[in-house]
Order: sequence, then structure tokens, then C-alpha cells
Amino acid sequence: MAFVSSGYNPDKPMEDRITDIGPKHFEEFYPPVIKKNKGQWLYHEILQPGVLVHVSETGDKVYTVRVGGARLMTVTHIREISEIADKHCDGFLRFTSRNNIEFMVDSEDKVRPLIEDLESRKFAGGSFKFPVGGTGAGITNIVHTQGWIHCHTPATDASGPVKAAMDVLFDDFKQMRLPAQCRVSLACCLNMCGAVHCSDIAILGYHRKPPMMDHEYLDKMCEIPLAISACPTAALKPTKVEFEGKTLNSIAIKNERCMFCGNCYTMCPSMPLADTEGDGIVLMVGGKVSNRISAPKFSKVVVAFIPNEAPRWPSTTAAISKIVEAYSADANKYERVGEWAERIGWERFFDKCELEFTHHLIDDFRDPAYYTWRQTTQFKF
Amino acid sequence: MAKHATPLLDQLESGPWPSFVSDIKQEAEVRAKNEKGVEYQIPVDVCDDLLGVLELSFKHGRTHWKHGGIVGVFGYGGGVIGRYCDQPEMFPGVAHFHTIRISQPAGKYYNTKFLNQLCDLWDFRGSGLTNMHGSTGDVVLIGTQTPQLEEIFYELTHNMGQDLGGSGSNLRTPSDCIGSSRCEYACYDTQNLCHTLTMEYQDELHRPAFPYKFKFKFDGCPNGCVASIARSDMSFIGTWRDDIRVDQEAVAGYVGGELVPNGGAHASRDWGAFDIQEEIIDLCPTGCMRYEGGKLEINNRECTRCMHCINAMPRALRIGLDRGCSILVGAKAPILDGAQMGSLLVPFVKVEEPYDEIKEVIEAIWDWWMEEAKNRERLGELIKRQGFQKMLKACNIEPVIQHVQEPRHNPYIFWNEDEVEGGWDRDVNEFRKHHLR
Repeated sequence: MAFVSSGYNPDKPMEDRITDIGPKHFEEFYPPVIKKNKGQWLYHEILQPGVLVHVSETGDKVYTVRVGGARLMTVTHIREISEIADKHCDGFLRFTSRNNIEFMVDSEDKVRPLIEDLESRKFAGGSFKFPVGGTGAGITNIVHTQGWIHCHTPATDASGPVKAAMDVLFDDFKQMRLPAQCRVSLACCLNMCGAVHCSDIAILGYHRKPPMMDHEYLDKMCEIPLAISACPTAALKPTKVEFEGKTLNSIAIKNERCMFCGNCYTMCPSMPLADTEGDGIVLMVGGKVSNRISAPKFSKVVVAFIPNEAPRWPSTTAAISKIVEAYSADANKYERVGEWAERIGWERFFDKCELEFTHHLIDDFRDPAYYTWRQTTQFKF
Repeated sequence: MAKHATPLLDQLESGPWPSFVSDIKQEAEVRAKNEKGVEYQIPVDVCDDLLGVLELSFKHGRTHWKHGGIVGVFGYGGGVIGRYCDQPEMFPGVAHFHTIRISQPAGKYYNTKFLNQLCDLWDFRGSGLTNMHGSTGDVVLIGTQTPQLEEIFYELTHNMGQDLGGSGSNLRTPSDCIGSSRCEYACYDTQNLCHTLTMEYQDELHRPAFPYKFKFKFDGCPNGCVASIARSDMSFIGTWRDDIRVDQEAVAGYVGGELVPNGGAHASRDWGAFDIQEEIIDLCPTGCMRYEGGKLEINNRECTRCMHCINAMPRALRIGLDRGCSILVGAKAPILDGAQMGSLLVPFVKVEEPYDEIKEVIEAIWDWWMEEAKNRERLGELIKRQGFQKMLKACNIEPVIQHVQEPRHNPYIFWNEDEVEGGWDRDVNEFRKHHLR
């Protein structure tokens, strides 16, 4: 494993340096049929789950086959995607904002061989490499974060629960039987790298134990004032502690004020809060980002805590499944999960999804809390 | 024989959904065999060790990654995120495991030549693991070591004409929906605006000078496929201000059942025959439509462009022709002060090159935010702290009724002195002449 230089000279870092060139220009990557018909599309239709046709004013058509994928993928897998695109799509493809892959062809006769090729490919462990689906009134890929694979603040894994949940929801990825699209997202901590706070169903990792103070190292590792000011609830204050005969600067925490957000830990590695029993999953539902019919909405917390049950998170996936089934059975056509819950009332939502209501689900965080309490005599028994 | 036993992860290989575990195992095997004779620049068994450390997390229910250190490439403050394993002796292959963000092309279209080149580079100088894509939009290359960073940057820029993305307190890599490249709903060319602004603000993207992160996202229509309204400090959502175009013949086609409603999106269940009254007219949030005598009428002045009727009857109804975008500001995820949705700042602006009007708004917002925000205060939090009016003033935008959902609930108006006749300096003795103490 000898070091191979790229040509970069560490003694003269500015020599031939190229910077600020940005991404490649998108037009380089347009398939010819896209380049030719951009801005001229008339309408589209979903021919079958996962297969779309877009029809242009020019009479041209582009057929898109959408496949799911783990957003965590290897170069071997990407090379296989490229090989498929070379074989069927003149070497072009795209990814969607929800980590799906789209293969596009310019005539209908190319669709069937493409689908057959995609569906025939499986990993050694037996799972599909390229399941076709994720369109229309169904469940598409779960957008998610890094989790235990690569992040320092997660309260749950990301790829693991996503794989487990998508296995359970797979039929709804492959079909379009729901009243509307149902967007599922996962964020492995409160930072929410991704828009889980506006998803039909959000899986959120949450800590439940306050940070531990690593007094011996805290002042050496951290800017104490920065860590203290990072606390949204002012639960932290500077303190002095006796350690092996020395007086050390450190941080004291008022545990009952802690909201377990981990923001202090982001600022100071000497305040870890991850914990096997403390960490787990919060389920939120009823959010959306589309302006269709009703305004965008935030998701609401409906399950305060489910333990991390690696490797397959069965309680989490069972709760999600129950929500999806109740929604599918009861909502009107076009109704998103949140619109359905608002129409039938949250009382009925909890009944139908067989969820328990506990004090944790009454908002007590700052101003917005008040607006979620019931300020009317209209309610359902 | 795998380097580490992974009995928990192995259970994620079954089931129909693509298994990331199988994929990483496949990569571990490819690296071990090395049939192409790659001179791997980081440990060959990096994927084995990643599976090992992940298995340990599955066992412990806790992550084994530490905070990033300061790593990066010369002259940039973002694009690389340092990452170290907290069990380096057990898993030396991933002891140093930094992330590189690559600025993705607008629309996330690729050709295979580019992808293969990227794969070759990442095989050679990294772990071979990626995210296609990260939540913000970048291609994320997961796992390399510090000595490789400059080498990767050199090869990216010199051989591929490709730059890094954003991280830290800077402009994060902007991202967009598919836009007019393949969507009939797009009210503007999201790719062109996204790319143009990305290029215009390269300095802001690479060199953190902001109070905190700042995100742009570009949605071509109010359907919001990139969720800009929920997760970007500035959200550009396509809209129009003239009339929805109606093809009455196609409307009849939907009513008569010849055309499939909603572009076929409900095809897996029998929802019965399409009922225009129930499914369109009655669901219109403003009640601005009616269907009588076989003709669909829209009172466009009352339409709020929610997209429902257009989504449901795409061959009959089309977006208007006087198009542009609305700009909303301040969206963010919950941390720290709770989640915020974007608030409407500019109801309508034409989206025309060179986009000067849009850039003016962006730069006014940045000037205000950089001047006033505290460390790690997102734009949305500043707007809440100082008030919407302060932002309007900073951007030199006149208040309009469209800015609010409803007028304020309290009369506690912070009057400016110059708005009150005679000002605030008064003579109390003059007052006392008429009002005894």
C-alpha cells in the first residue's frame, strides 16, 4: 500500500490549485430526450407502479423506471447501476431526492427488458438490488440520516431501521393502494438532517438520559462557555470540581431541565449522553410539505418512546404498519395521513391506530405548546 | 471468511428491500480479492472493519463514532467532515474515517462516465462507501484518511472538473427538484437557478463566514418535491399569477372515464368511477371551481394554486403562463427552538436570468443575518427573535397582506417614533398645566 501521489505538491499547495469550480453543469448529464424536450412536457402518467411516461409537446416520450435503493451504497453497486444505464439508457440516469434511482428510456419497447433486468438482480443475501416501485399513492423510499454507521450523536441507527421498515412496507412500495402518497422519514437524532418533522410518518431517534460529565477532560477538550450557551433550556452552568486533589473547571447540569437534545455534546465531546436503555425511537405522524389541498404541516408525536431493538426494530415497524393499515382502511381518497387525522379527530386517530395516549404527548415546550391544547368544548368522547 | 462475525447485521440481509449489509459485504469481498490490482490507499479491510464497528453498535445500542476534528483541504473551511472511531484498536481500518461531500449536479442527473470516474477515485483513495445522496443533496463519500484529502481534492478538480460541497457554518450545497427537465408542473427552470446560484456563491459555500448553516432549495411548484418549505433557510417555490389553462375536451375525457385521473397514481385500488364534483370541485380549498353543463369553470382570482386539480387532471389542467417563484424564509428542523416552516417573504418574483432580483433578496437577507444573528442562530430563529418587520425593513420589502396568515392577535404594536405625530419628546410641565399632580 505505497502512497501514490495525485500530482499535488504539499510544499506548494497553491501550485496549479483549482478551486471554486462548483458542481458539473447539469446539461452534460441530460439524456438526449430530456435535453430536447426540457420545458415542453405536456403531461405524465404512471403506467404501473414504478414506471412513468412523460409526454412532450414535440410528441416525444420518456419512460422512467424508478427503483429503490439503500442510500448507503458501495462503488461496486454504483458500477452495476452504471452498467445497467449503459446497457439500456445510453449511459444516463438520475437519483431522486428520496434516494431512488431513475432509469430513463426513449421508447416503450425498451421498458420491459429494462424492468426484467432490474428485477432479476439480487444481492447474495437474497434481497432485491433494484426493486421497481415508489410512485403514486404508495410508500416510496425512506429518506434518512447516517445513524451508527457514521455519526457521533445518533440515538438510533438509520440504515438498520430503514431496511427493517421497508421490508415491512415493501408491498406498498410496489403498489399504489393508499389514499395518497405516504412519506416516511428517519432522523437518528434531534438534529434531523432531513425533513422528518414534516413527514406522514417520521421515525426519530431520541435520547432520554442527560449527559454525563467527563470532568477530568472537560476543560481540556471543550470551550465551557460555548457548551453552556448551547443549552436551549439553560440547564448547564459552570462549576468547579475536586479531582485527584486538583480543582478543575467543569460544567454542572440540572438534570430536570434537560431536554436531551444533545446540543451540548455537539459542542463538547466530554458530555456524552448515548445510552443503551435511554436511547430509542419517537414516532411522529401527519406532516407534509406539499401545499396540495391543505397547507404544509408539522408531524405530531404519537408514540413517545420505543426501545432500540436491533437488528430489526420489531415494535417500531409494527407500530408503523398499524398506522399505515388504519390510514389505508379509513382515509378518503387524496387525504394525507395528517389530513385524515384532523378530519376524524386525533381522539379517533389514537383509537384506530390502537395507540396509547400518555402525558408525554401533551406539548410543554415553549409558546407553540399552548396552541396545541384544546380551546373548545368540541371534542369526541 | 469475514474478518468480524456479524450475527446481528446478518439478519438484515434477508427481506426484499435492498440490503446495505449485503452491499458492504460485497464491497469487502471485492477489495479482498482485488482482481483489478488497485493500489488501495487506505486499508483494504476498511469495509470489514466498518461492519465490525456497526455490529458492535447494534450490540451496545450506542454509536462508536467520535466528534470530527479539524480536517479539510487548504483554503476551504467546509466539504470535509472529520470522523474517528472510538475503538481504533479493534477496528484499525476505520480508526480515521472522514467524510467528503461532493457538490451534486443540479437535478441529480449523471452519465456513467462521471460515476465510473468517481467510483475509481473512491475505490483507490477511500472506502468505496457512499451515500447517493446525503440529506442536503451532496454525493457523500464515507470514509478516508487525512493524507488522502488533498489528493482526492486534486484529482476531483484536475481530472473530473468537480468541486466539494458545503459543511459547517456556510452555504450548504443547494439542491433542486427535477423541474422543467422532466416535469410539466415546473414553473421555472430549477436546475438553472440552482446551478447559477451555486456558482455565484462559491465563496460562501466553501469558506464558512456565516453565523450557522444556510440552505437554499428549489421546488418547481407548490407540490414541493424537495421539501424546501420545511428545510431550507431560503425556499424558492415555483408559482404563477395568471390563469390555469383548461382543456375542456380533456376535462370531458376525465369525466367520461377515458383518461386516468391523477396520472394513474391510485391504480392499485378500485376507487370507483372518477367523480369530478367529489374529487375536484369539493376538495378545492378555496371553492373557486364549478362544473356545470359539461364545462369546468375556475375563478382564478380566488385560486391559491394548491395544485390539487392539476395533479388530479394533468391532461386537462396546466399551470399558468405568467410564471415565477415565491420566496419563503426561515425553515429549519427542530433543534433548538422547535421546527419552523418557511414564511413567505416574496410572494412573486420572475425567475429570469441573470436572476438579479433574486440575488438582491438573498444578499439583503445575508447582510441582515450576518450582522444581527448570534453564533449558531438560524435565520428562522433570528426572524422570531427580532420580528418579521425587522427582516422586511432589512430587505427593503413593503409589507403586504400575503405576508400573514391572519393579522396579529394583540395590539402591542412597536410603533416607531416617526410614525407618531409630534414624536415622543414632550414637556411634562406643559402636560401638568392641564392635569394637576
